[in-house]
Amino acid sequence: MNSAKSTVPFKGTPEQEAQLIAVIDEKKDDQGSLMPILQKAQEIYGYLPIEVQKIISDRTGIPLEKIYGVVTFYAQFSLYPKGEYTISVCLGTACYVKGSGDIYDKLQEKLGIAGGECTADGKFSLEACRCIGACGLAPVLTVNEDVYGRLTVDDVDKILAKYA
Amino acid sequence: MENITVKVNGCEISVPKGTTVLEAAHMAGIEIPTLCYMKEINEIGACRICVTEVNEGRGFRLVAACVYPCSNNMEILTSSPKVIESRKKTLELILSTHDRKCLSCVRSGNCELQKLCKDYGVEDASKYDGTRNEYEIDDTAAHMYRDNNKCILCRRCVAVCSKTQGIGVIGANERGFKTFIGSAFDMGLGETSCVSCGQCIAVCPVGAIAEKDFTKEVLAAIADPEKTVLVQTAPAVRAGLAECFGNPIGTNAEGKMAAALRRLGFDKVFDTDFAADLTIMEEANEFVERVSNGGTLPMITSCSPGWVKFCEHYYPDLLDHLSTCKSPQQMFGATAKTYYAQKMGLDPKNIVMVSIMPCTAKKFEIGRPDQSAAGVPDVDYALTTRELGRMIERAGILFNSLPDEKFDDPLGISTGAGVIFGATGGVMEAALRTAVHTLTGQTVTDLPEVRGTEGIKEATYKVGDLDVKVAVASGLSNARVILDKIRSGECDAQFIEIMACPGGCVNGGGQPQVPMGIRNFVDIRAERAKVLYDLDKSMPLRQSHENPAIKQVYEEFFEKPGSHKAHEVLHTSYVKRTVNEI
Repeated sequence: MNSAKSTVPFKGTPEQEAQLIAVIDEKKDDQGSLMPILQKAQEIYGYLPIEVQKIISDRTGIPLEKIYGVVTFYAQFSLYPKGEYTISVCLGTACYVKGSGDIYDKLQEKLGIAGGECTADGKFSLEACRCIGACGLAPVLTVNEDVYGRLTVDDVDKILAKYA
Repeated sequence: MENITVKVNGCEISVPKGTTVLEAAHMAGIEIPTLCYMKEINEIGACRICVTEVNEGRGFRLVAACVYPCSNNMEILTSSPKVIESRKKTLELILSTHDRKCLSCVRSGNCELQKLCKDYGVEDASKYDGTRNEYEIDDTAAHMYRDNNKCILCRRCVAVCSKTQGIGVIGANERGFKTFIGSAFDMGLGETSCVSCGQCIAVCPVGAIAEKDFTKEVLAAIADPEKTVLVQTAPAVRAGLAECFGNPIGTNAEGKMAAALRRLGFDKVFDTDFAADLTIMEEANEFVERVSNGGTLPMITSCSPGWVKFCEHYYPDLLDHLSTCKSPQQMFGATAKTYYAQKMGLDPKNIVMVSIMPCTAKKFEIGRPDQSAAGVPDVDYALTTRELGRMIERAGILFNSLPDEKFDDPLGISTGAGVIFGATGGVMEAALRTAVHTLTGQTVTDLPEVRGTEGIKEATYKVGDLDVKVAVASGLSNARVILDKIRSGECDAQFIEIMACPGGCVNGGGQPQVPMGIRNFVDIRAERAKVLYDLDKSMPLRQSHENPAIKQVYEEFFEKPGSHKAHEVLHTSYVKRTVNEI
């Protein structure tokens, strides 16, 4: 079985944990408290790895699977941290017909991660986005604040090399 | 309760307010098909197979009958062309992502989806074929596998796991087309705190989850001339097995089961009921010792391996309360490979001990540590009632025309106290029969206070000068209620029986699957339990200590209950486990 545990080492601090526990204790007896707890937890840690979900499960008594089910249901939650560089590939209509899907696939292959995940060294995270309003440059991707347009699959290596 | 009037297919009937369309139709003699619906456990209206036309004065429209309440003067059409067409389309859409390997599927012939497709005349199973998710089979657990390629996402398994059993190690992950049933972080089931109860298998409508099948290995052992293959059958198996051969729920299969096992080629056909009597001797003795020596109380029974694993994961702080007695299955295997082997001059290594169990956790239990009294595993293969049904079918044995036969001596001799182990409260009743006799010399045989399918039962018995307070729980969410009371110090019972499955072993995860359309309206726990209580009533000996084979085994081997030898062979130890291990 492929586990969805993040390969990026968990770097939570005692301060973050104390913050999370305070949030849980404040909310846990309310009906429907799981969503707000998860939202706060993601604010605190930036993502919701197993270590964080386990704290929530142990403290609320909600089974870990139920929490995981909610986290994977909603797009607002992430199991993986953001990398030093976030690569965001536009899969909006214009970019997609111009082949951004292939670029996205190539990046997944090169980085060895699926969309939404982060490389084990914490360097790159990859995500898909919808139109960023630069259709004239399609297909487009961004690396943090840098924008790259009129791309082909062959450009992927060069772009990655710039940040290596 | 206020009654209202509804018309089901033109026939007027009166139903209590709050009745669902599904229930009203049932009262009118119509079965509306269901896939996701389980009364009081999974009322989510998700699968849409139960859609039915209703008119509440604004014209007919389709509603989900399982969760839609009747209103006064409602007209209900359960099989109009529109209804039939909608259900058929739903089936075709379910099939579009279903791995249709019906010919090689363990559920072929008793698959609820297959039956519906036949009933609704689905002609083209591939009508809406398109993209399909492919899933790896999860075979990480000792007792079962999950093949999500066949899952129809009805969520019955999820509901029993979290609601009935209070565990929740499986659930729906991801969303939309990508939704699948699995565990947290896509761990294999064997890596989670699953207790192996198999209630999920018992309710699965299709072949997405099933027990691991060991019938081939058992047949190979039978064919091996070097091996002496012994079989033991748990009490509840005789109350369920006949269902595999088209008999009504609540048919006693004891005699035919013994005959079938003999025809399958087992060298000796023995009865776990013998070991149930043995368990009572050991457990009653342990209880008396704990009471007189200030041991940990309340003492809790340890017959149900699903319950034992649950305690280890979720209440490890209460493990001292568990009786150290092995379960009857393990006591049987241990006795067979020590006492019986010695008596018959057999090398325990050449004995293959097969058990037939209503249970899937028994498959996990045989691999536990500290369960090998003779230096080899006490039990080699634990088959479910369903697996035995398949073996009999495969061998061409005409089960229903078999004569009633008896178990072999000496490990086939038992009492009525042993046979009621298969129903919730049965172990408690059996133990009390012997305890009362030990302490007062009196004979009691019927203790109705601990019988019945209620999830939690409590009673106080006057035994001599003692007031013995007992509690009985079945279904692990009910067990939680009692365990939480022990933790908080509010529990004043001295002796507690806990069974993992609701209703006890008769409703175990290894019993024949009963379509939900029947389960929602018939209490299979009560029907099957009746078989055991009737058997008990019909037996000449109804107290474990009266069993002549038990007397003999103590005289010849164990000396007395709780002896050093008994501890070596018949008792075990437990391990602390955790929840959410990472």
